[in-house]
Amino acid sequence: MTDLEIIRYTRESGDFSRMLESIPYAGWIGVTCERFGDDLIFRLPAKEQNLGNPILPAIHGGVIGGFMEISAAIYLMMSQESMRMPRIVDFSLDYLRAGLNRESYAECRLTRQGNRVANVIITAWQKSRSEPIAIARAHFLLED
Amino acid sequence: MGKSSESDELRMDCVTRFIGTLNQARALGLSAVEASKNRLILCLPYSDLIIGNPDTGVIHGGAITTLMDTASGSVILCALDDFELCPTLDLRVDYMRPAEPHKPVYARAEAYKITRNIIFTRCQAYQDGGETIANCVGTFMRIGAEASPKAYRDLISGKTK
Repeated sequence: MTDLEIIRYTRESGDFSRMLESIPYAGWIGVTCERFGDDLIFRLPAKEQNLGNPILPAIHGGVIGGFMEISAAIYLMMSQESMRMPRIVDFSLDYLRAGLNRESYAECRLTRQGNRVANVIITAWQKSRSEPIAIARAHFLLED
Repeated sequence: MGKSSESDELRMDCVTRFIGTLNQARALGLSAVEASKNRLILCLPYSDLIIGNPDTGVIHGGAITTLMDTASGSVILCALDDFELCPTLDLRVDYMRPAEPHKPVYARAEAYKITRNIIFTRCQAYQDGGETIANCVGTFMRIGAEASPKAYRDLISGKTK
């Protein structure tokens, strides 16, 4: 499948497995995604390899960041007409709680979409949506 | 530069032991290249596993974020006399350009301000002979040495085998 076919297939079927398989890093940390109506929920399973702090133990902050970056890029691509992955410009990440060694979730919201740049807010949580482990803002470039 | 004192070697050893306890840092193959007072350089080797775009072979920004988070968190070991585990409060990453495939990426981190409660860091990701790939500023919370078990602190500072 070409990238175009993968994007088309994902939009039509709501099956994100092929798209995520096309991003080796996403598979390496274990990201999956499910569509509920128009909403996308991204999932990062508990995985020993993703841990940082061995004492708690807790997920490495960089992995949480990577998970949220992937979520935002895929969310943005699905929410617009574009047939290519948006490019990230910057990323601002606040860690609110330790991400323990359990499944984590993320959802995204498009704050503003201009012609060339989009602003996305990402929230990540574990036990409850009302207790996020991290929140982030990202800018993406929509064209070259 | 170039001159490595005994204390810099101790800093290198300390950082190497610390990142050795972080599963994700081990999985990425991160290693310490250079350490001095308040400064640290880490290396992320290229790997097919962390590619973001298979058409170009460019590694994913997430791996760069982890490299810079680890460098910024570990430079604290080069800044404080005694080991303290300091959780990340926030990171701000600016991506300048994609990393060139098949080449390692380095992160040069600096702890530029240390207060009683907070450590302020900045970090630059770059490649050999190349331009800056990303810049990152971070803040870390000082929760005190006692917040982590003594056995772990001794392991990092090299007091135990």
